[in-house]
Amino acid sequence: MATFKVNGVEQNLDIEPEMPLLWALRDELGMTGTKFGCGIASCGACTVHVNGNAVRSCVTPVSAVEGAQITTIEGLASVAAGANPSAPDLSAVQQAWIDHQVPQCGYCQSGMIMAVSSLLASNPNPSDADIDSSITNVCRCGSYPRVRKAIRSLAIA
Amino acid sequence: MKINRRRFLLSSAVVGGGVLIGYSALKPSNHRRANAELATGGEHYVTSFIKIEPNNAITVYVPHSEMGQGVHTSLPMMAADELDAAWEDIIVEQAPAIDLFANGDLVKGFAGEFGLPGFLTGIVNASAVSIAELMNLQTTGGSSSVRFTGETAMRTAGAAARQMLIECAANRWSVARDDCSTELGHVQHNASGRSLSYGELAADAALLEPPENVTLKDPSQFTIMGKAISRVDIPAKVDGTANYGIDAHSEDMLYAAIRLAPVFGTKLVSVDAGDVLSRRGVKRIIELEDSVAVVADSYWRAKEALKGVKSQFESSDADTTSSADLFAGFERSLAEDKNSKVLEIGDAEDAMDSASDVIEGNYTVPYLAHAAMEPMNCTVHLHDGIVEVWTSTQDALGIKGRVAKIAGVAEDDAIFHHCYLGGGFGRRLPFNWNVIDHATLIAKEFDVPVKTVMSREDDMQQDYYRPAVASNFKAAFDANGVVQAWHNRFTGPIQTPGASHIPYAIPNKSIRVVDGDTHVPIAAWRSVDHSQQTFFTESFVDEIAHRSGKNPYQFRMEMLADHPRHRKVLEVAAEAAGYGENLPEGHALGIAVQESFGSIVAEVAEVSLDTNNRPVIHKVTCAIDCGWAVNPDTVEAQVESGIIYGLTAALYGEITIENGRVAQNNFPDYEMVRMADAPEIDVHIVESGEKLGGLGEPSTPPIAAAVSNGLYILTGQRVRELPLKNHDFSRSTPIAQV
Repeated sequence: MATFKVNGVEQNLDIEPEMPLLWALRDELGMTGTKFGCGIASCGACTVHVNGNAVRSCVTPVSAVEGAQITTIEGLASVAAGANPSAPDLSAVQQAWIDHQVPQCGYCQSGMIMAVSSLLASNPNPSDADIDSSITNVCRCGSYPRVRKAIRSLAIA
Repeated sequence: MKINRRRFLLSSAVVGGGVLIGYSALKPSNHRRANAELATGGEHYVTSFIKIEPNNAITVYVPHSEMGQGVHTSLPMMAADELDAAWEDIIVEQAPAIDLFANGDLVKGFAGEFGLPGFLTGIVNASAVSIAELMNLQTTGGSSSVRFTGETAMRTAGAAARQMLIECAANRWSVARDDCSTELGHVQHNASGRSLSYGELAADAALLEPPENVTLKDPSQFTIMGKAISRVDIPAKVDGTANYGIDAHSEDMLYAAIRLAPVFGTKLVSVDAGDVLSRRGVKRIIELEDSVAVVADSYWRAKEALKGVKSQFESSDADTTSSADLFAGFERSLAEDKNSKVLEIGDAEDAMDSASDVIEGNYTVPYLAHAAMEPMNCTVHLHDGIVEVWTSTQDALGIKGRVAKIAGVAEDDAIFHHCYLGGGFGRRLPFNWNVIDHATLIAKEFDVPVKTVMSREDDMQQDYYRPAVASNFKAAFDANGVVQAWHNRFTGPIQTPGASHIPYAIPNKSIRVVDGDTHVPIAAWRSVDHSQQTFFTESFVDEIAHRSGKNPYQFRMEMLADHPRHRKVLEVAAEAAGYGENLPEGHALGIAVQESFGSIVAEVAEVSLDTNNRPVIHKVTCAIDCGWAVNPDTVEAQVESGIIYGLTAALYGEITIENGRVAQNNFPDYEMVRMADAPEIDVHIVESGEKLGGLGEPSTPPIAAAVSNGLYILTGQRVRELPLKNHDFSRSTPIAQV
């Protein structure tokens, strides 16, 4: 039995310990906001937070997240809001993504937003070099210039 | 069926009251059909595309796929503006996959431009369908949605609806139509100050026949077009709720992992499934003509189980073929002028013979995979004599027909559920059937939904590729050093007629294509033939400029005297990029220009080498003349996107063939431009007021040449083979700039 919390809700799943977290989320829990891109932790489309840290869920077995707090794109805003009923529906990063019209096809953006949220939590004013070294997600639509602008807007704020 | 339909908001049927108006239904037959087949309760369908409800909610149906290019916003903007609706009142819906919402205007548009494009002629050749049947598509490709469907269908539908609503109001008030005006979803009688909402007039309008002729707005009258409107699909793409084909989900769903014949065109011989069937969750091993699949209750279990399945495929002549063999074949084909076809003829060969000076360059590009972020997938559910399909596609109607045919049900008994596309780039066009066919054949064995997913490795190794191409270029100069002749021989096939054409005033041009067929399947890849031809032609033009002792920018300007739009974008891009001004030490600028899909694009790339002598692209300055801009922010986003896509190909893109099969299998060996490589991009929209040009593709072609031309200035090395990662720039000698 695999036990962990997803967006604050405890989940007990009768699955193999080696099943990657990505597939537990998508196929077992039906939470499809987290995307399958490469399966080898190269592209970052599957990025989620495990105890607040960005991890690539396609290579993370559920045995490695036993008892952990998982946050996915679906819960990013609500987890940040906590018990505050007047908190906005979107996190600051998600709102910046709308303000700067970042996504195109959008498929990579769940992972991109999770990676950027994690970066900004630990480094609120990242340099370009910081961004380059920590945001290594692949976007085939080439949203990178807008990702950088959106991050800068958050850093200034 | 346990699929939660609320998750598939894009798959809406036509429901709700009010009036539906659309260009495609201006013909009475479609008008009658819409009423007979779609209307329920008190609904009245005048035509298609625009529905007005009593509460003034206005729905625009978009007959194109949304793959990030913004058509779910730009097309409704065009209809809403002509209708004089308030943008806030507009509801956008994906048009259902039924022929009433076909977008044949695309076919008409292309036919007028340069004959049918390759991705459509392929269908004609393969299935012997008529041109008339081609009108029955919902294809999204060829950078066509806004310039063809938007201009011909959306704007006309909006304008027709507006005229009908005015007529109804004028009749109700017993006033002249000319005394009425429209604004923000209302008709007003200016003299009396009376006003009726479109919703209040909708029932009356439903009784009218749409006008045969409508007057479109002058740009000065636009209220929505030309504004940077936020895209309607973006909110769902930041909170995880956007549904792509791969996100189809139900409690009873099964999942298939598939292994296709690694050497293209070969068949499955035998399978040894070992203990796989006894593994947890595994339901069946399915053998198809060219593949073997494992079906299980989760994709991961299916994929893991497939690793334990041994399979043998038949041997083939291609089993020992490598990229080197294919390129050697191209060289022979070029040398023998094999099955050559003349594209443009001039006295170029005579000019070569009498020339004082001839330069020559052999250019090549490799195969490229599309590598859309969403791996190829398709979910099919056969039940109760019908078939339902969920997939990300650039042609919903085409997929529906294909799945119905393979499932053995009537097309009317097929239901297509629209999904967002996690990238298209040509991979999801009709005719690239491989996952669709397999998913349907697998699902035929079950009565629950089955989702077939290609792994990234499958996706990369079972693509329909941008062709590898070899070419031979020559240019002849007279005694005064003036270029007199241009010679281009390249391997085909041709998918985009006209891509090898150059606009430069060179008196004699000889352009010819020779046989380049191989066993590797090919298809349209963002910008199609322009992707390779522009690298070739804009690099070789640069060679001619340097040989002529001219500055590459000035040379182009002089040779484009009869092409003011080309000159303008070159001028705007060069000036914005600081061309001719002092650059940081070790930096250089390369320039290129190309017209494709109705838009003209000039790009200036600022490049340098890093400490390991690898190219660094600091900034790309781009000027695009796309006629005018429906949504300027989308124009900029598409230009940025096309540049990055082309830059990935220029720097890294290379699919090679070893033992008949693709050697690369995932992003580590098919590398992508990421944040660290991505240049700053400065986009300038040149509004010439000419006919609308395409946007999804035209910024891709020039970038490889712009970067290579800059690297030549920096290093003295002329890049004639892509990708750049294979070049050694360690021994560089900057050239003296003119």
